[in-house]
Amino acid sequence: MTIPSPKREEYDVAVIGAGPAGLAGAALTGKAGLATLLLDENIGPGGQVWRAITTTPVRDKGILGEDYWSGMHLVDEARGCGAEIVQGATVWSLDRNLEIGISVGGAAHLIKAKRVILATGALERPFPIPGWTLPGVMTVGAAQTILKSSGLLPQGRTVIAGQGPLLWLLAAQILRMGGTIDLVLDTTDRRNYLRALPHAAAFLASPYFFKGLAMMREVRARARVVSGVTKIEAAGSGRVETVSYEAGGRNESLPADLFLLHQGVVPNVNLAMAAGVQHTWNDRQLCWSPALDAHGESSVKGVYVAGDGAGIGGALVAVPRGQVAARAVIDTLKPDAGAGLPDHDSLKAALARAERGRAFLDTLFRPPRQFRIPEGETIVCRCEEVTASDIRQSVAIGATGPNQLKAYRRTGMGPCQGRLCGLTVTELMAEARGKSPSEIGYYRLRAPVKPITVSELASLPKNESATKAVERG
Amino acid sequence: MFRRIEEDRRKPVEIIVEGQSITAREGDSVAAALLASGLEVRRATAVSGEPRLPYCMMGVCFDCLVTIDGMGNRQGCLVPVRDGMRIEIQKGKREIGR
Ligand code: FES
Repeated sequence: MTIPSPKREEYDVAVIGAGPAGLAGAALTGKAGLATLLLDENIGPGGQVWRAITTTPVRDKGILGEDYWSGMHLVDEARGCGAEIVQGATVWSLDRNLEIGISVGGAAHLIKAKRVILATGALERPFPIPGWTLPGVMTVGAAQTILKSSGLLPQGRTVIAGQGPLLWLLAAQILRMGGTIDLVLDTTDRRNYLRALPHAAAFLASPYFFKGLAMMREVRARARVVSGVTKIEAAGSGRVETVSYEAGGRNESLPADLFLLHQGVVPNVNLAMAAGVQHTWNDRQLCWSPALDAHGESSVKGVYVAGDGAGIGGALVAVPRGQVAARAVIDTLKPDAGAGLPDHDSLKAALARAERGRAFLDTLFRPPRQFRIPEGETIVCRCEEVTASDIRQSVAIGATGPNQLKAYRRTGMGPCQGRLCGLTVTELMAEARGKSPSEIGYYRLRAPVKPITVSELASLPKNESATKAVERG
Repeated sequence: MFRRIEEDRRKPVEIIVEGQSITAREGDSVAAALLASGLEVRRATAVSGEPRLPYCMMGVCFDCLVTIDGMGNRQGCLVPVRDGMRIEIQKGKREIGR
C-alpha cells in the first residue's frame, strides 16, 4: 500500500480538516481553479459529523439519519473539483509564513501555501467528574465515532450522562440499531430553560427545533431518562463498575460496563493558537474562539478559520463559513475566477440563516459549574494525572496562570498538550484566584502541536542555508 | 463493551495483538479493532501505571497510545489496521529505544 503525500511543495491554498467547513471550502477554491490541498488526519473524509461517510458498514440510511448522509454531496464535490486530498495527514506545525509541517505515513513534509483555511473543528468539552479516567468511561462522541466507522454497538450495561443534541442523537442511533441503554442522566440545568426563553423565537424557526424534539421523544420512549442530575461519579477497580448520581436531592447508583459522557463541544484551538492566531474568551460558549474579520480571516495574515474552530455552530453553519473563507481567498488570489460562484453577500446571508437558534442552544446547554470546575481528588489533567486539589494548592502557593502551573505540576505537558485539561485549568484557576478566564489566559501552544519522531524531523529536506547555520567553521 | 453489527460486510483484516491473531475489518482504526476484540487491551499510564482505555476516539486524549510494528506511542484511534500489523499494549513507562 502506498501512502499518498502532497505532490507539490507550494499551493495556492491549503485547507486543514476535511469536515463540513473544510470540504465546502476546498470544493469552492478547487472549482475556481486554485491549486488546493486538503489535509485531513482521519482515515477518510467527513470530519466528526460525517465520520466514515464513504466507508461506514451501517448501510441502513435511516439509522445514521439524513443529516449524516447529506454530507455525501460535499465529499463528491470536493473530490471532483480538482483539489488534492490527503487523508491520514497530521499537521504538526503552521507558522506566520504559512509554512505547514505535516506528517503522512511516518514521513514529514514541509509545504507552503499562499492562503490557509483552518477547519480543524471541535472537540468534546472536558467532563471532569470523579472516575472519568477509568477504562469503560468514554465520550459520547467516541462511541458515535466507532458506531459510524466500525459498526460497533455498546454491549453490556450502558449509561449515558450529560446534555446537548449529540447525546440524544447517539442514544437514538444506538436504539435504532437494536442496542440497549440502561439509563440516560440529563445534566441540563433546569434554570437554563428560563434563561434561554428570550432566544426561543429564533430557535423555533430553526431546523433544530422539530428534529431535536422528535429525537428526545424517540429516546424517552425506549430508555429510562433521569433529568435534573446535579452530581455524577464513576467508580470501579481497574474499570468502571458503578455509576452514582444525585437528582432532586436523591442519591442513586447502578452497575455499568460502559459509561458515556458529553456536555457539548468546543473549538479545537491548538493549531490556530500555535500559529499565533489571537483568541478571545467567549463567555456564552465558555471557550476560546479566534478573533476573525467578516471573511473569517484571523490576526495572522492569510490564515482563515472556518467551521466549529471559529466558534461552535454545528455542521449547517460550518459549510457557509468554509465557503465565505474560500470566497475571500478566491477574491484575493484570482478574482476573475469568482464569476459564476456564489458571492460574499449571498454566502453571508446563508450563514446568518444557519446561525439562527444558536443563542438558545448555547444558553440552554450551558454546562453547570460543578461539571466544569471539579473538586478534590478529581483528575483534571489526564496525561500527567493532576487533580483539582493539586491545582488549588499550587494557586495557594503562588501559581498565577496555566503556563506557570506547568512548572508546578506539568499540567498540559503530557501527550495531549492540554487539549483535555486546558479549559478546566483556565476556569478552575480563574475561580480560585477570583479573576475572569480572559485574565487567566490559556496555555501557550507551540509547534509541534502533535508529537512527531525525531527521525521524521531529521528526514526533512534541508536547504543550504539551514545546513550552514549549524555547521562549524 | 462493544459488539460488531451483523450487517458489517467489510473485508476482514488480520492483525496480531500481543502475539495473538485477531480479525479486524478494513476501515477499522487500531483502537476500534482492539475494543471490538474483547481482549484485555488496557494500557498502563506512564505516570502512575493506572489502566486506561481509549476515551475520545478522535485524536484528542492520547489514551489510545499503543505500540504498532515496534513504534511506541502511536495514536491507535488514528491509524487504520493493515494485514499483519503487530500491536503491543503499552505498560507503564516507555522503554528506551521505542
Ligand atoms: S482515543 Fe483519544 S486520542 Fe485516541
